[in-house]
Amino acid sequence: MTRSAKNTLINIGTWLLVLIFFFPVFWMFVNGFKPEAIASSVHPKVIFHPVMTGYHLAMDRGMPDYLRNSIIAATSATVITVVLGIPAAYALSIRKVRSVENSLSFFISTRFMPLAAVVLPLYMILKNLDLLDNIWMLAIVYGAVNLPVTVWMLRSFFLEVPLEIIEAARVDGAGLFREIVRIVLPLVLPGIAAAALITFIFSWNEYFLATLLTSSEARTTPPFLGSFVDGRGQFLAVLSAAATIAALPVIAAGWIAQKQLVRGLSMGAIK
Amino acid sequence: MTTTTAPRAVAPPSEGRKQAQRKNTWISRGLLSPAVIFLILLTQIPFVVTIGFSTIRWNLLYPLQRGFTGIDNYKAALSSGDLWPAIVATVLITAFAVVFSLLFGLLFAVLLDRNLPGRAIARTLMITPFLIMPAAASLIWKYSMFDTNIGMVNWALQLLHLPIVSWSTEHPMASVVIVLTWQFTPFMMLILLAGLQGQSREVLEAAQVDGAGAWRTFTWITLPHLRMYIEIGVLLGSVIIIQVFDPVAILTKGTGGTKTLAYLLYERAFIGLNIGEAAAYGVVTVVLTIIVATVALKTLFKVFMAGGER
Repeated sequence: MTRSAKNTLINIGTWLLVLIFFFPVFWMFVNGFKPEAIASSVHPKVIFHPVMTGYHLAMDRGMPDYLRNSIIAATSATVITVVLGIPAAYALSIRKVRSVENSLSFFISTRFMPLAAVVLPLYMILKNLDLLDNIWMLAIVYGAVNLPVTVWMLRSFFLEVPLEIIEAARVDGAGLFREIVRIVLPLVLPGIAAAALITFIFSWNEYFLATLLTSSEARTTPPFLGSFVDGRGQFLAVLSAAATIAALPVIAAGWIAQKQLVRGLSMGAIK
Repeated sequence: MTTTTAPRAVAPPSEGRKQAQRKNTWISRGLLSPAVIFLILLTQIPFVVTIGFSTIRWNLLYPLQRGFTGIDNYKAALSSGDLWPAIVATVLITAFAVVFSLLFGLLFAVLLDRNLPGRAIARTLMITPFLIMPAAASLIWKYSMFDTNIGMVNWALQLLHLPIVSWSTEHPMASVVIVLTWQFTPFMMLILLAGLQGQSREVLEAAQVDGAGAWRTFTWITLPHLRMYIEIGVLLGSVIIIQVFDPVAILTKGTGGTKTLAYLLYERAFIGLNIGEAAAYGVVTVVLTIIVATVALKTLFKVFMAGGER
């Protein structure tokens, strides 16, 4: 076999594997547009007359409220992590004072603490304060869960800012606030966007805390999807439609920011 | 005369420098403290409270019987026969999911590092399973893939004249591992792909010139080069998967040896309302995580530090 024939064969094999791997997502997307009888049919159909019934039914089940809660929780958590993360990462990279360097290991060990270790006290405290099922409380908890990753990631971006630029600003007499806001932040804007994206993705997709700390008013989308498990009768079309709506924002964000994704997932260790 | 003036001339600036340094430290602490205090309030203190909870008898159904019991909750957890299977389930699910997603991730990383037509699209499609909401992924697999009537996996098995399998009831562990592997393969792929792209072309070409075949080049040059990336992927992957809850709650509800520590804690606290015993499971989860993490953390911390130094 010639080299190019072999190459073509590997290319075809690769694409086949990729498509098999992607198939469940494709199938979810397609099923959402099927009439229920076709979606739940024993004989899978790819060609059919697309309808929006599944989407309408998903919306009728109260999905707009769950989506609104998810948006509030994920965006507020993102704001919290960015606002608290920028000064912390700045102190740990550009200022670099020896006595505060220990905080680096504090942040990384907090990152690795399982949610199971903190959820019970949080639940009991919120319960006693009558703050269970409150979307802002969920947002604050998400902020805490994602803050360590944000600090580590932002730090890795801050370390790339050339010291000369900062020193020049200091010589010009720029104060600390000016130095951060006017000089450093514009240079690390892509990093901030990437860190924000990671917090948003994890908060939007989070299921465990959402199930435990919310019940009705503040319910987010993942536990709502989970409630389909107890469904009866045929519901594949409406389930697929709901899953598509729920997954779409993060999929779109991840596709757009692919390049930054790996850096965020590795907490800034991989560039 | 000179001996008396010299110190006087030197002393003021050094005093000033010290002061500036002290001020510097305080500013740094000021910048750090909001984040640190926030984390202590929401994670460190609750963790200490969890340890406290685990030493008291506390069932929300019998609030009057609340009292200190020492390690009775741990004893009860062990003797009720729930703890050990949960540890086994957690470790097995984590190990299988991490190993399989690492292997698939490596395969896809190597394949997509090649000059494939439509490579960008293939990579975009490949990362989607990691981005999709885990609850949605578990549901899609449960109903549209694993179902005995309408599941596509069984449809494919039928085409091949193989018997139909009721995945989530007959092979609950395999079902959970399959879904997790599917979700985490892109995660590993992204990290390994970054490693492959960081490989020096010259070394690879030199190996080729020296007559090393593709397989030899891969095992002797690429794999050692990828070691750091594999370590990062395995550590971060394990720490996330060890907390696995979503696919268990949706696919199996903890049946058939898939009751992980996170699910057991949920069941005991929020269905059984036994806060004390549930807290004990939380503490065990932390211990397990520490064991898994320390195995690789030392090497990894070095990697992080080396990558982060100026």
